[in-house]
Amino acid sequence: MWRAELALLFRRTRTQALLGVLALVPIVVASAVRFSGGGAQPGEGPQFLDQLTHNGVFAALVGLTVTLPFFLPLAVAVVAGDAIAGEANLGTLRYLLTRPYGRTRLLLHKGAVLVAFCVIATCVVAIAGIIAGAILFPIGPVTTLSGTTLSLTAGTIRIFAAAAVVGGSLLGLAAIGLFISTLTDAPVGAMAATAGIAVLSGVLDAIPQLHAIHPWLLTHYWLTFGDLLRSPVRWTAITKNLLLQAGYMLVFITAAWARFTTKDVLA
Amino acid sequence: MQTDPMNLAPDAPADDALAIRTTGLTKRFGGTAVVDDLNLQVPTGSVFGFLGPNGSGKTTTIRMLLGLVNPSAGSVRLLGRSMPEAANRVLPNVGTLVEGPAFYPWLSGRRNLTRIDAAGPDPLRTTRADRVDAALAQVGLSAAADKRYRAYSLGMRQRLGLAAALLRPRSLLILDEPTNGMDPQGTREIRNLIRAVAADGATVLLCSHLLSEVEQVCTHAAIITLGRLVAQGPLESLRETTTTRVTVETDDTERAAAVLERLGLMQIAVAGALVSAALDSQRPEDCCKALVLADVGVRSFVSRRPSLEDTYVELTGEGFDVAR
Repeated sequence: MWRAELALLFRRTRTQALLGVLALVPIVVASAVRFSGGGAQPGEGPQFLDQLTHNGVFAALVGLTVTLPFFLPLAVAVVAGDAIAGEANLGTLRYLLTRPYGRTRLLLHKGAVLVAFCVIATCVVAIAGIIAGAILFPIGPVTTLSGTTLSLTAGTIRIFAAAAVVGGSLLGLAAIGLFISTLTDAPVGAMAATAGIAVLSGVLDAIPQLHAIHPWLLTHYWLTFGDLLRSPVRWTAITKNLLLQAGYMLVFITAAWARFTTKDVLA
Repeated sequence: MQTDPMNLAPDAPADDALAIRTTGLTKRFGGTAVVDDLNLQVPTGSVFGFLGPNGSGKTTTIRMLLGLVNPSAGSVRLLGRSMPEAANRVLPNVGTLVEGPAFYPWLSGRRNLTRIDAAGPDPLRTTRADRVDAALAQVGLSAAADKRYRAYSLGMRQRLGLAAALLRPRSLLILDEPTNGMDPQGTREIRNLIRAVAADGATVLLCSHLLSEVEQVCTHAAIITLGRLVAQGPLESLRETTTTRVTVETDDTERAAAVLERLGLMQIAVAGALVSAALDSQRPEDCCKALVLADVGVRSFVSRRPSLEDTYVELTGEGFDVAR
């Protein structure tokens, strides 16, 4: 049954448009670097940008770096905020629940679809980046941040591992969105609130006086996926990030469940 | 307002003879009781009209029947089982059309039904396409099955909603305004459909404002107002709760009124050459005879049996404004 949920999401024009925009980002960045003539100097521009002219596959990592602060959380907020509130808004929720589609079961399926969306969205960025990079630049063995060299295959595997970790970074936000989605029948409100929380977390993370709470912020470890491109891989921050996301998921999925299984469905 | 609902069912039937039974069902939103101590008894196999003005609590009641809304007090038994605890066992046998159809605008009618069918608990995947086709044909939507729902007219949407309710064989159908927005042909088809479903032994709970429609298809009815049940039972006995009125056209209204009063008729009203009065236990033929014997010149004498509408208006009030 959750395959039907997946089909419902990806058959929707809005979802396809979101993924299209995400795919466009690495393509635009790679094209800009290619056609402006000069590559970036080390330390200039987003993470990995300086590597792009030497090796096209880095377009995938640049793409992940630039979509992570804004586009990816926005896409997740749209899909997560819509999960329950969207069904309520259309009125389909009452028909699903009286089929009956158990409330817990529906919530779990919506959650599973969200996880799939997070991973698919980041993979779309990675794949679009690799394809655009391969067309516009030479590709070859991948130089890691530590200066060692990986074969093209091993490097590509690392890139997809990075995409998966970025997808995992979004799960906490997805869980918050799912929870907010159970609070309202207005999907736009749920989407805006979810996106707002991602922005707020980023803002708080940028205020040094608040460093005490930084390790607990949703977005704090987001950009650490680059540690996968070290040799050997530096797991500390990545592990912390994934544990933090798991914690957010546990709290907010439980809250969503408690709310959704007891609420009066009036829409 | 009556505090004691008339219960016209002969004897309170045993539980398995009731498709729906609510006991003291109450729902409060804020401080207001939207549904107040409702004891609804829908006999198995009946076509049951559920009537009430806008805002009287019909929809909230239906939502509680289906487990969408949690009652503040009281209990619901659906098909002999307790709701919402037994939702997973009961609801597969219940088809619903509640507060209008709702589907995904970006999917076709066929895909919408396929998704709704897949949401059910039993995975009869192999026969899904056949079920969907049969349901579409049953409501006359086969030709528009592959259009997006977005492009459907109101009547087509309503038909698709019915198709979803009829996807599987049901023992209970709960239909809220099923002919809303339909053309006359559609309305007639729906009536026939309801009769056919009932002839197969299913119970139908029909919410409608169209009293003529209810009179045509229903065997039983209940009337609620302000969240309280004011009457329920077989349609015949509901009509009888409203008094029959006789109207005499005469040149001597004074004497006619006096005769009728002597016979014990109530609510005597004179308007122009017409005298009307409500019968209590008197037979209309005796009234006519008494008038003639008293030398009243009778130009015409009419005894009008009350319609369901008369009963409804008497029990729920004349006012046009919503009660709350």
